[in-house]
Amino acid sequence: MSIIRSLTLLLFAIITISPAAAQDQDTDPGRALLTNLAQAPDSKVEEAINAIVSSGDERARGWIEAYGRNRLSRIKDTGQVVLVLNNRGRDWEIADPLTGENMGEMSRRELDRVAINNRIRGQLDGILAMLDLNAADPDVREASAREMMGKVDATLVEPLEARLELEESATVRERIRAALAIYRVGEGDLEAIEELSGSLHPRARAALSEAVRGDNPALATKAKQALATIEQKLKLNNAAETLYFGLSMGSVLVLAAIGLAITFGVMGVINMAHGELIMLGAYTTWGVQQLLPGQPGLALMLSIPAGFMVAAFAGILIERGVIQFLKGRPLETLLATFGISLILQQLVRTVISPQNRTVVTPEWMSGSLVINDALSLTLNRMYVLAFALIVFASLMLIMRKTRLGLEVRAVTQNRNMARSMGIRATRVDIMTFALGSGVAGLAGVALSQLTNVGPNLGQNYIIDSFMVVVFGGVGNLWGTLIAGLSLGTINQLLEPWAGAVLAKIIVLVFIILFIQKRPKGLFPQKGRAAEG
Amino acid sequence: MWLTRPLRERSTQVFLGILFAALAVVTLLHVTMPEDSAFYVSSFTVTLMGKYLCYALLAVAVDLVWGYLGILSLGHGAFFALGGYAMGMYLMRQIGDRGTYGDPILPDFMVFLNWQELPWFWHGFDMAWFAFLMVMLAPGILALVFGFLAFRSRVTGVYLSIITQALTFALMLAFFRNEMGFGGNNGLTDFRDILGFNLRTDATRLGLFIASGIALAIGYLVCRGIVTSKLGRVSVACRDAEARARFLGYRVDRVQLFVFVVSAMIAGVAGALYVPQVGIINPSEFSPIFSIEIVVWVALGGRATLYGAVIGAILVNYAKTVFTGVMPDAWLFLLGGLFVLVTVFLPKGIAGLLASRRKKKEEPDSDGPDANPSSNSDTGKEATA
Repeated sequence: MSIIRSLTLLLFAIITISPAAAQDQDTDPGRALLTNLAQAPDSKVEEAINAIVSSGDERARGWIEAYGRNRLSRIKDTGQVVLVLNNRGRDWEIADPLTGENMGEMSRRELDRVAINNRIRGQLDGILAMLDLNAADPDVREASAREMMGKVDATLVEPLEARLELEESATVRERIRAALAIYRVGEGDLEAIEELSGSLHPRARAALSEAVRGDNPALATKAKQALATIEQKLKLNNAAETLYFGLSMGSVLVLAAIGLAITFGVMGVINMAHGELIMLGAYTTWGVQQLLPGQPGLALMLSIPAGFMVAAFAGILIERGVIQFLKGRPLETLLATFGISLILQQLVRTVISPQNRTVVTPEWMSGSLVINDALSLTLNRMYVLAFALIVFASLMLIMRKTRLGLEVRAVTQNRNMARSMGIRATRVDIMTFALGSGVAGLAGVALSQLTNVGPNLGQNYIIDSFMVVVFGGVGNLWGTLIAGLSLGTINQLLEPWAGAVLAKIIVLVFIILFIQKRPKGLFPQKGRAAEG
Repeated sequence: MWLTRPLRERSTQVFLGILFAALAVVTLLHVTMPEDSAFYVSSFTVTLMGKYLCYALLAVAVDLVWGYLGILSLGHGAFFALGGYAMGMYLMRQIGDRGTYGDPILPDFMVFLNWQELPWFWHGFDMAWFAFLMVMLAPGILALVFGFLAFRSRVTGVYLSIITQALTFALMLAFFRNEMGFGGNNGLTDFRDILGFNLRTDATRLGLFIASGIALAIGYLVCRGIVTSKLGRVSVACRDAEARARFLGYRVDRVQLFVFVVSAMIAGVAGALYVPQVGIINPSEFSPIFSIEIVVWVALGGRATLYGAVIGAILVNYAKTVFTGVMPDAWLFLLGGLFVLVTVFLPKGIAGLLASRRKKKEEPDSDGPDANPSSNSDTGKEATA
């Protein structure tokens, strides 16, 4: 029970004692505390730990953690207590626990491990969590409180309650209350079930299931009700998650297909090398990151224009080098661009490597947005979703509001008429193709954050992209957006019960059948343009 | 009769003459020459040439729909593979209890997957006649259903190409699954004998080579018979001006469907002869890239000539054998370059080159590939507008 007292004391200690400023080595009370711990006989260890915890020293957490991991040692000669940074091999790397200063390596024979017994070790987690509960950062406090759920035992109830009184953050308070409630449900407390019925945390559910199986009938019925409410909520959250993944997958499809929607839909050019233009964009991201090591965020930002330019330039080369000679022969264009895609793939294999390259995800893009215990949305997918929408909106603007867009539409509708109105159709062709290719490059930049960057990257998307464009209706950007998002969602909806591969097959077959029913896609173009 | 009519044509006579002469020479050299002679044709080479002949037959099937019907199928690999799987299933059943697990009924991979009984679609494949029927029927039925839906709703041109590609892609994904019951990733392999002949003996290999040659001859005759018949004329009309042919009262969709199904069946036969020679069939035959490769054989050889398809298939595959052996990295560059060069500089292929070199008069333009197929859509537009 002494630990409880010390923990309670600690709470007040933290508040009253201001963090110890940098103290002189010799007068540092930490030295005495550690030496005390190191020299304590088995029966006095608990006391020594209490002393450390209640000292309010901000380094205490590190010391205790090291102690729990057997990383606290005493130098035999001087009696100084040190942190062992690396205990592999014969010589151990050590550091001063007071200043954190690295003390170099020392033979392990000269070191004496500060012993720990299992009884203490069992309590260390709780002690560490309590220490974290006092941290200044509310996020740390929340994480520690969450960690405590399901781990609360009798010794921790009292300090937790005390902490609850002091806690300012509402989320942390809720966590502590849930942690306490889980313990109380285990003890047969009916009130506590109310507390848990809103919680989505798996440990809360585990505690309730435990109560349902238990031999207390009143508790069991109540727990059952609470579980039902939770199940309901979980279902909702799962649906939201599926929708999110579906939209995310859809946004990838939209990104991959939207460039194609321009070259294929607007220009009528079948570009089978579209996938490889995506690949070029992804490799550009990789390349820019190689040029700017250590700054993945900046590199990614620069990759957006760079990827666009590289792919657009490749697109111009393809258009000028091959496609212009095949005007009006769509099937031949298909074959020639397929040849280009083979060449580009092999080029990457030969010049860079047949192996996949990893593109670093910048810190602000990794991690996830936690909505609640059952639902967290990965940030990189959210960024890609937003990016896809931005790209789509900009393309819409270009096609609707700019001179280029006007000329493109004019040339698409009637090439000869547009030319006689003074529009340089060849130039428009080049610009359109460059635009479509550049967007493929952008897709590659985005994809590099989600999948491996390798020579086959583009191949995996080309069929899907064509499906999206055809499904949405050729020549219709809105159709591409809706087709992409809905196909992604349908795929994700099917996946749980059909498996990933079968889901994909079902979607493909669905599109094949759909095209038979409506050959012009979801949103066919009206008027003369439709009669091709 | 429509099948014998082509025999009176000069080009068919020349083609069949060369084909049978080649068959005879290879057979003779293989059988009579001593093994250390420079003229000896090893049984490896015989099998390799048998493989080329299967590819040539497949190319003829593609040329029939692409050259004479204007349908660029990017999914003919699927029909080829289906025929191959039908044959593979027969060969699997012939293994009997000689497999690793010694199960008299179940093929090894099913025992491995702990299956208790044969799936329903594997029944009957122990009988050769049924399996050989399915070699034609399985691709034929798929082509019938797919073609019926597609042609009825007038899905043509690029759309059709893309959805045929999606079809073969979907089938590839499906056949990769173990649950499908076709051996999943590994496919069907480890074959022992066909019709009682051991597949590993030289004589059987030679027999398969000759069978492939004869199948190519028959396939060529069938295609030639179709394209020289009245039906062939209509199908060329559909290729050049689909809308106009429809307005003249022809049932374009039925013509397309018939030719498409015949072509799929020929592709199935090619696949069936291919499998015992290479000794394996796996889902990679369904991959879209293989299907599109077939198209480039035809393009290189020359569309709408049939014999051009044969030349193209043999040339490209010979080059593939050589290059993947000598410098594997260069092969994809070469193949890719071939796609570009042929479409841009050689729209009529090698056959077109030969024809223009000799300035032959007896082959009127109507039979050759349309120099500017864009006129199709233009005339169509004109007519529908």
